[in-house]
Amino acid sequence: MNIPIRRFDTLILGAGGGGLRAALQLARADAHVAVVSKVFPTRSHTVAAQGGVNAALANVTPDNWHWHMYDTVKGSDYLGDQDAIEYMCRAAAHLVYELEHAGVPFSRLDSGLIYQRPFGGQSRDFGGAQATRTCAAADRTGHAILHTLYQQNIRARTNFFDEYFAVDFICDDEGAVLGALTMDIATGELLVIEAKTILIATGGCGQLYRTTTNAHINTGDGMGMALRAGIPLQDMEFFQFHPTGVAGKGMLITEGARGEGGYLVNKDGERFMERYAPNVKDLASRDVVSRAISIEVREGRGCGPNADHVMLKLDHLGSDIVAKRLPGIRDTCKTFMHLDPVDTPIPVFPTAHYVMGGIPTDRFGRVVKPSGNAPEEVIPGLYAAGECACVSVHGANRLGGNSLLDILVFGRAAANDILGFLKKNRYHRPPNQEYIDKAYERFARWEKTGDGESVQSVRADLKKVMEDHCGVFRTEKIMQEGVEQIKAIRTRIPDVRLQDQSKVFNTARVEALELENLADIAMATMRSAEARQESRGAHSRIDYPDRDDARWMKHSLYSLEDDTLDYKPVRTKPMTVETFPPKKRVY
Amino acid sequence: MQDFVLDHVKPGMMLREALIELKNQDETLTFRHSCGEGVCGSDGMNINGLNGLACITPVETLTEPVEVRPFPGVPIIRDLVVDMTGFYKQYHSVKPFLIRYDPEPEVENIQTPEDRDKLDGLYECILCGCCSTACPSFWWNPDKFPGPAALLQSWRFLADSRDQAMEERLDNLDGPYKLFRCHTIMNCAYVCPKGLNPTKAIGHIKALMLKHSV
Repeated sequence: MNIPIRRFDTLILGAGGGGLRAALQLARADAHVAVVSKVFPTRSHTVAAQGGVNAALANVTPDNWHWHMYDTVKGSDYLGDQDAIEYMCRAAAHLVYELEHAGVPFSRLDSGLIYQRPFGGQSRDFGGAQATRTCAAADRTGHAILHTLYQQNIRARTNFFDEYFAVDFICDDEGAVLGALTMDIATGELLVIEAKTILIATGGCGQLYRTTTNAHINTGDGMGMALRAGIPLQDMEFFQFHPTGVAGKGMLITEGARGEGGYLVNKDGERFMERYAPNVKDLASRDVVSRAISIEVREGRGCGPNADHVMLKLDHLGSDIVAKRLPGIRDTCKTFMHLDPVDTPIPVFPTAHYVMGGIPTDRFGRVVKPSGNAPEEVIPGLYAAGECACVSVHGANRLGGNSLLDILVFGRAAANDILGFLKKNRYHRPPNQEYIDKAYERFARWEKTGDGESVQSVRADLKKVMEDHCGVFRTEKIMQEGVEQIKAIRTRIPDVRLQDQSKVFNTARVEALELENLADIAMATMRSAEARQESRGAHSRIDYPDRDDARWMKHSLYSLEDDTLDYKPVRTKPMTVETFPPKKRVY
Repeated sequence: MQDFVLDHVKPGMMLREALIELKNQDETLTFRHSCGEGVCGSDGMNINGLNGLACITPVETLTEPVEVRPFPGVPIIRDLVVDMTGFYKQYHSVKPFLIRYDPEPEVENIQTPEDRDKLDGLYECILCGCCSTACPSFWWNPDKFPGPAALLQSWRFLADSRDQAMEERLDNLDGPYKLFRCHTIMNCAYVCPKGLNPTKAIGHIKALMLKHSV
């Protein structure tokens, strides 16, 4: 198979906030960058982020990065790596100012400074009064940031490969990653892109679940590629369920709705978060609020004819606040539920939202994997940033407003390290044809014709298994069944056939390749979850209700090759400040 | 035209979900879609003669049989998928990015809430292309006329109190095929799924250009 080859200094997979922030840094430094994205950049899922980005600007209430760091460590249920968290929180303010200079239309305070709103899990003075740390452009912050980053990339003349799908990495015998096999979706033509450095910024995998706030494209492609290239996935058992997805439908209602003063009630009209988090109530961490809602519903205090959701009340805020600060979710409510939150509460239920786990990296964005006795050996030239990566700054539970921050901080960090790497490594390492052929085989397998199951039916079953067996509350038995069912689903995939064999814009083929990625990630998630015998952050075990620091304050690493789990210690030592030791987590 | 039958329309079903169900019947049916909530701008198409987003168009509101076509006036790649290259090129042509010449402050630029309000109704554009592909001026001169989406973005930066490139932006829009190729037909404002009004923005640019040239 003779496939054309193009060579770049850096190949970036994914054009969301992480990929675009890195691309901008690199293009401005005159590196030759290719950004490959299966959708036009502004369709990437960063566009759907609503509430804002955390940075201790102190525009509204006193604040500093160290308090932000404390909140993030506590929010992570002490599974976050404290060096990376310190790095992120210290960088936050600078990166938000930089975005503002780049043109992001942040909402403004009367003083003309960037508008900030309170979000869950934010405190002053290490667990004191509520902080106001989330910088917002109304409730369309992700849209504003993604478009601005794309716009500045146009100015920097970044090379975009829009609507190209990355199939697999091309490696060599030493395990180095030298490029990727990609497909131009519009024509079906293949292209090998070789690069001295590669950044994986492909985002999350919310399509693992049936009801999700995530877009159709969030299929964890980079994670699947990493698994197949022999790189483990870290902490995949920690999947965030957002407390306020529209019940039964999944559209996201920003945490900013509670930040602006909204609150949750059960069927008795009781503001039930007062029982679960007496101090901060509705602004507790997301894992805490999601569990509370699930318990309310399970114990029969849910709303609606099936008692299967709770209500988010914004009707006391007045139309000015809602129109000014939450216009996007107001549109969503009107469009999908024919209700106006100005006068009617919104039915909500915890909905799959964000994967804390991912491709293991250090705080420079470099991909690391265990090697011999070293738990974290750097894979030279390979980087990951954003939701597909696990630095880990989110640990077992991410704070609202920290994901937009994560993509900016580690998109930039990766780009900085890449520039250093490029200075020292001036030449491409030619890839071995054997590895190109291997990647091609996986792609070509879908050209087999004949009768067989459809991609869609397998994808639907997979999502159902994940929803039923790896949800908010988990037990040994349910997850063991889940593992068996995913195994069974994976054995069906070789018999799936595509009826659409056209080369032109074949979305069925793209979905088939996505399904393979999802199936491997589902296994990583279920296996990691089944093994962790404790409750920490988003991972709640009914059979192990407590956190167990002695046995489980460690990161999971799942490898695809031999379907095994390994563990590595949490980095509890920050860069400069004192460690925050594990404490009981109360809100 | 290809016929499809959907047996059961669920209450509240959006056209995107209906198309997905039809694709499950026949996987060769091809269209772009992603977020499902009108934010990513992928699934613009012509629905019973009007451009719109499939994901926020309720099937119940549509007259049957529902006629779904690709955007008019742009090259078709396959089924409902069109080639948007020309549309993006025009977007790029208006320099859709903030330009400042002053040194950067250590903190944010100050912008009053009143100045920031001027960007409402402009920055929310999702580049779905509904407006430009509904515009007869764009159909006639897609290679020369920036079209409503690009001009809306041009005004988004002209209206931004932080931007310092008014003159080059206006110079860039001068000429018979640029700004003044808009004949206020207003299809753009009529079809915009986000409720934005490119015609109004174009009017503001025209006024500014006049003021600037006298």
